[in-house]
Amino acid sequence: MVKNILFVGVGGQGIILASKVLTEGLLKYGYDVKMSEVHGMAQRGGSVTTQVRFGDKVYSPLIGEGEADVVVSFEKVEAVRWINYLKKDGKLIVNDYEIYSLPVLIGKEEYPNNIEEELEKSGIEYKLFNASKIAEDVGNIKTQNMVILGALVKSLGLEELDWDGVIKDVLPEKLVEINTKAFKIGLSI
Amino acid sequence: MKKIMSGNEAIARGAWEAGCTFAAAYPGTPSTEILENIAQYEEIYSEWSPNEKVAVEVACGASIAGARALCAMKHVGLNVAADPLFTIAYEGANGGLVIISADDPGMHSSQNEQDNRLYAPHAKVAMIEPSDSQECKDYIKYAFEISEKYDTPILFRITTRIAHSKGVVELSEREEVGFRDYEKNVKKYVMIPGNARIKHVEVEERLKNLKELSNNTPLNRIEWGDKKIGIVTSGVSYQYAKEVFGDNASYLKIGFSYPLPDELIRNFAEEVEKLYVIEENEPYLENYIKSMGIDCVGKEIIPICGELNPDIIREAFYGNQKRELYNLDVKVPSRPPVLCPGCPHRGIFYAVSKYKDIVATGDIGCYTLGMMPPLNVTDTVICMGAGISAAIGFEKVYKMANRRGKIFGFVGDSTFFHSGITGLIDAVYNQSPIVAVILDNRITAMTGHQENPGTGKTIKGEITQVIDILSIVKAIGIKEENIRVVDPYDLKATEEAVKDAYNSSEPFVIITKQPCALIKEVQKKRSGKYLVINQEKCKKCKVCLRTGCPAISIRNNNIVIDKNMCNACTVCQQVCKFDAIEKGGNF
Ligand SMILES: Cc1ncc(C[n+]2csc(CCOP(=O)(O)OP(=O)(O)O)c2C)c(N)n1
Ligand code: SF4
Ligand code: SF4
Repeated sequence: MVKNILFVGVGGQGIILASKVLTEGLLKYGYDVKMSEVHGMAQRGGSVTTQVRFGDKVYSPLIGEGEADVVVSFEKVEAVRWINYLKKDGKLIVNDYEIYSLPVLIGKEEYPNNIEEELEKSGIEYKLFNASKIAEDVGNIKTQNMVILGALVKSLGLEELDWDGVIKDVLPEKLVEINTKAFKIGLSI
Repeated sequence: MKKIMSGNEAIARGAWEAGCTFAAAYPGTPSTEILENIAQYEEIYSEWSPNEKVAVEVACGASIAGARALCAMKHVGLNVAADPLFTIAYEGANGGLVIISADDPGMHSSQNEQDNRLYAPHAKVAMIEPSDSQECKDYIKYAFEISEKYDTPILFRITTRIAHSKGVVELSEREEVGFRDYEKNVKKYVMIPGNARIKHVEVEERLKNLKELSNNTPLNRIEWGDKKIGIVTSGVSYQYAKEVFGDNASYLKIGFSYPLPDELIRNFAEEVEKLYVIEENEPYLENYIKSMGIDCVGKEIIPICGELNPDIIREAFYGNQKRELYNLDVKVPSRPPVLCPGCPHRGIFYAVSKYKDIVATGDIGCYTLGMMPPLNVTDTVICMGAGISAAIGFEKVYKMANRRGKIFGFVGDSTFFHSGITGLIDAVYNQSPIVAVILDNRITAMTGHQENPGTGKTIKGEITQVIDILSIVKAIGIKEENIRVVDPYDLKATEEAVKDAYNSSEPFVIITKQPCALIKEVQKKRSGKYLVINQEKCKKCKVCLRTGCPAISIRNNNIVIDKNMCNACTVCQQVCKFDAIEKGGNF
């Protein structure tokens, strides 16, 4: 059985690091893991995705439409942009945080205000919380990725692994404490 | 030990394990991380070369001198380096020589979708294609061995999904192979016609031996499953095929993809009921198999355009298999890439955007985004270097056709060193009164901030001599009075320079000098500084929005600046006619 996790968001939100911590953890669990990311224009405010697949044996690094067991969105409207990748009865994790794109900023397009309402109607099992705010309270908005990762780990039921150890392995020493803290809060969401 | 690695990391590791001592590259997605990772190994001399042709040539020199040498580039880079490729094929290798081409099916960040497998038969070099990270590591070691044993350069071909996908890799230790002796041998290494004629015959002979190898190498292998469907495939397409068919098909997996293994193909084709070829982009394998007189199905059902994925293959074989999908009734706004807040490219594009009769031949880099609204400046983008040279063609035709207008050509600093210099030489030599704008942001930004000849640092972070763009421009012969060096954050000075350039009737150069806003030291220097819009003074004329800075937005009918995003470049402040934009934070 292969599980598929799709991370989506906007350049600069720490998505790649979050998926890196996840894959290192999964490797420790003994899973075969593949992860695919698209670089390129990401840094300039475009939308970013990474795909993580794990199981006994994984061939393709790509997740197809309607195949993601969990879609993890670091930004609110990106969750909608990628919703067609969510498997029927899959789970959705959404950071309740809005990043306006240039067309929205200059008033050419609008940021939708009915996302929550539509999510409710859809019957999708979702968690919506403001990880950015939580991370700011922890002391650094950049740790939002660990808050979100914590919530993902919980919904995958993988809490028992030594994630603190994985975070220690992947992150620079001076950032470990604050990120571990953020991750723990995520685990309780 | 097992580690999760991207294909690019695994290639670097494999090169290190193989005893490689020399590596050169010019950055380009999706190849860039190969050299960035190799540079972390002390044992390997590494360099960013000014362009791909130089990278291949220095690697050729290193190989002939006796080192295991590697060079890496994105697919279009191999076009730039095609000249040395075709002749080093004749000269062969002394120390193993591996040339890596990272292709980009789907064009995630490229201007075209060329399939560089076609280079191998054209240049007559052996080709190897890994299909995951483990193979990237293993095959690179094999590539060095084969290169030395058969006296051939190896084209090592990967694609975006191989380069940037991560998988589990089993690590080994480095094997020191040292340096092979170099002996002067003009018949082998001096390709004058007389020697080349002899060499060409030898190359044809070598290809026969390599074909023999291709039939026997473990890189080409058959995996038997159900024999109703037989699939010939290579690279990441193999993974997609396995994902779709599992044991319900048999596979001929090609890892050594030039020369192709005739015998193996024939045996496989005979055993299976129906033969299919699954490959991305060009029908490279398919055409070859058909040329052998073997019937197979490929591009009839598998698309040529774009990258593949398991769903495309599933649909090709079994028809529409769409899963039930969620769809929310929400209008999703677009999210195009934009120049960062505080990007030094903004000022000059803003200044140029005021002229309606300027034609802007652009180039590749962050500044390609000068084409986007609200700036809308750029008219053309072809390839690296064409920012200057295409301007010359435009200018000559505009003059012959008696059209009004001024031609501005844009290149970045890295692009100028890469292939902009020759264009500028042409402008002076053939007296073309274009304006060449060199956007010196002190870094190769687009591909993720690599050093270049103008930054004063090497790939290993060592301090080196700065190649001064201004001196080059002068040396080429642009007259002193036709050069302006401006800070693009100083809008007035920038507008002056554009005006002078616009009115000039001789070749003209504007150099904009200001480091990329994402460089760490720049970010540090400006942290805590930002601008605010004084709502009492703001007349909502929205002129500041025309700079296209993503830190400025309309919220609740007010124009505001997001202080977390603002980079304090002050460009918006300078365009505001009502002095409504004021300094905030610790400015
Ligand atoms: C032949 C070729 N090699 C490499 C690339 C990849 N590439 C695209 S833009 C770019 C560098 C641009 O750097 P610079 O000119 O300094 O502009 P900046 O992005 O810093 O604004 C590179 C290497 C390419 N498109 N073509
Ligand atoms: S990375 Fe640098 S050069 Fe590129 S858009 Fe951002 S500020 Fe401009
Ligand atoms: S000063 Fe103005 S233009 Fe510059 S980054 Fe800040 S908001 Fe954008």
